[in-house]
Amino acid sequence: MKDTPSALRMARNSDGKRVERPLSPHLQIYRPQITSALSIFHRITGAGLGVGTLLLVWWLAAAAGTDAEYARAAGFIASPPGLILLFLWTGALVYHFLNGIRHLAWDAGRGFELSQVHASGKLVVILTIVLTVLVWIIGLVIW
Amino acid sequence: MSASKMEITPMRSTLGRVRGLGSAKSGTGHWWGQRLTAIALVPLAIWFVLTLLAHLGAPHEAVAHWIGRPVNAVLLLALIVALFHHLHLGLQVVIEDYIHGEGARLAVLLLMRAAVALLFLTAFVAILRMAL
Repeated sequence: MKDTPSALRMARNSDGKRVERPLSPHLQIYRPQITSALSIFHRITGAGLGVGTLLLVWWLAAAAGTDAEYARAAGFIASPPGLILLFLWTGALVYHFLNGIRHLAWDAGRGFELSQVHASGKLVVILTIVLTVLVWIIGLVIW
Repeated sequence: MSASKMEITPMRSTLGRVRGLGSAKSGTGHWWGQRLTAIALVPLAIWFVLTLLAHLGAPHEAVAHWIGRPVNAVLLLALIVALFHHLHLGLQVVIEDYIHGEGARLAVLLLMRAAVALLFLTAFVAILRMAL
């Protein structure tokens, strides 16, 4: 035994012989793949959308309040930091929405072949970009 | 092997199967809740984004009037019920995965529940105020 990592790999096989077994790969040395990347991105966007509900609730509460209160909330959303947050919120919502449908398909037992998982993952990434940009183009035209 | 020959021999006791609650004693409630709200949020999110787009830059009075109309208020209430339930279920799993200390995990879970509940109630009261 040379060091801690090799100590952690020590085990006995069924004959009782000491063997050095590979350790389950740690995140730091695990090659990033579309499957794992999209999975953690689903969590990140979900948590981000949770933070985004602060903006939603502020907007609703302001709409229920006075004109001045609504003007302050609407003014923040239309300001540069507000617009950046709104853009991130749109992208996160579109991604979490599309990847969520991907998860529901898996729950129904569909699309589990690795080729299908990769294809649906790429489709989600492409559609996220397309739909986010499309929503903003429509929004900026209406605005 | 034909499908008719495939038999599953459960390793759980009959009583355990009837109760269906498993080792965590909470059963599949969390899993179903997450999926049910996810399915509900599919049409509600599409409706919400489209109506937001349609009301961009609208004056306060028009926005409050639109939210206050019965169908819109009901759909918005349905949206926030599903949304905040989905949010608390999702955040619960994230917290349970990443916070390992028993006390810290419980504290953060309770704080998260409180924050989500207060946000939900604020949105709820705001919508009702415009609808009633």
